Amino acid sequence: MTFEPKIVGFLCNWCSYAGADKAGASQMQYPPNVNVIRVMCSGRVDPQLVLKSFKAGADGVLILACHPKDCHYKEGNYRAASRNRVLLQLLQQFGIPEERCRFDYVSAGEGERFSKVIGETVEAVRALGPLELQ
Amino acid sequence: MGAKPKLSMYWAASCGGCEIALVNLNEKILAVDAAFDFMFCPCLLDTKKKDIEALPDGDIAITLFNGSLRTEENREMAHLMRKKSKILIAFGSCSSAGCVTALGNLSPKGENFKTIYLDSPSVDNPKGIIPTPHTTVPEGVLELPAYLDRVKSLAQEVDVDYFIPGCPPEPHQIWSVIQAVTSGKPLPPKGSVLGGGTSSVCEECSRTRGDKKIKELRRTFDFKPEPDLCLLEQGLICMGIATRNGCGALCPKVNMPCTGCYGPPEGVEDQGAKMIGALGSIVDVEGLKELKEEEINTKVDEWIRSIPDLAGTFYKYTLAESLLNQLKGRKK
Repeated sequence: MTFEPKIVGFLCNWCSYAGADKAGASQMQYPPNVNVIRVMCSGRVDPQLVLKSFKAGADGVLILACHPKDCHYKEGNYRAASRNRVLLQLLQQFGIPEERCRFDYVSAGEGERFSKVIGETVEAVRALGPLELQ
Repeated sequence: MGAKPKLSMYWAASCGGCEIALVNLNEKILAVDAAFDFMFCPCLLDTKKKDIEALPDGDIAITLFNGSLRTEENREMAHLMRKKSKILIAFGSCSSAGCVTALGNLSPKGENFKTIYLDSPSVDNPKGIIPTPHTTVPEGVLELPAYLDRVKSLAQEVDVDYFIPGCPPEPHQIWSVIQAVTSGKPLPPKGSVLGGGTSSVCEECSRTRGDKKIKELRRTFDFKPEPDLCLLEQGLICMGIATRNGCGALCPKVNMPCTGCYGPPEGVEDQGAKMIGALGSIVDVEGLKELKEEEINTKVDEWIRSIPDLAGTFYKYTLAESLLNQLKGRKK
């Protein structure tokens, strides 16, 4: 049986969640492995939420934000991007590769990009297998 | 004399600093002696393990247990002290959350031994001997306590009543706990952190704080910090923002950044994650706004490069209790 990864996706309300809606309204196909949580801003995603997702059984985490200069709150996406870069280095020290915690940008109009990012993330995590640390 | 409640203090994988902190009560140690029969403390007294084993269960009123659980012996003593004590207190950051010893959890057991017994420049071990629990010699078999796969906090092995944070706990906080216990008033709910505040070290720090826009992260040996300005604002990783108060902000007072020994503030589960959250909030975003998506990553990577060991910086005292450490060894 193929391994079906569990992925938690934090999507910003203003861009990426609307992008997901757009993908849905356009009837685009993408794998069902990402459990979406709508947040008001990617800047609200406390790194604790990422770690708690892993602890709760997620094999991967995806954080989607507005493109640079498009943040509804002006700078939340820059904060989120910065936190993710630092978090990735920390995860590496614990033996978690960066493919398990992807940060990317999806705008409200980018339905196609949304389904592409979801597809790539699911395949990358599937290839890594279940999250188990030595 | 026998009517006094018994007080004991045990060290597992610890450095002895917690015992010094207790003795640093100075003349108040006499008050401790007046209130308790201080009957077990391998660092200071000659009572033996067999004396403790001979006691009825729950005979010791309070045990202050310091040190993390690194070996089988530490684990055995944790169970013994739990059984013989009415109130078991995890004393100090090792037993509360693993402290420095738990950083060993970042490497597998074999790798730790290789570094300690073979690769360290100061080691002289031509036969490459690595300790094992049982060694046969002509006279018989020698035994050493087994080395556990991972360092545990006390509460990860036995039921703990209270936690006193700090590396080591500050004497005035130890005193406040002793007063609370001897006053006869009802104790806080089980599992509470005693001898600490609920907010962050920043609350006790007298330095001036403003809007933080950190362009560059620096280390203590790079420069001499301004004495009155927030250390984080000067680019030093001061963990105070993600650390429980109660120490009186002693380190920032002498121009040294907080390293986080009181653990996370009330309500925070993971000190390192909170610190990363804080770093995202204080980075100079103006410098990121004109950059392309990939350039943002490069810029932040450069920004963080001056901190060579993130796990060691953010979890110096709490790695055993960190969310990621709890994932180790879990099978799906």
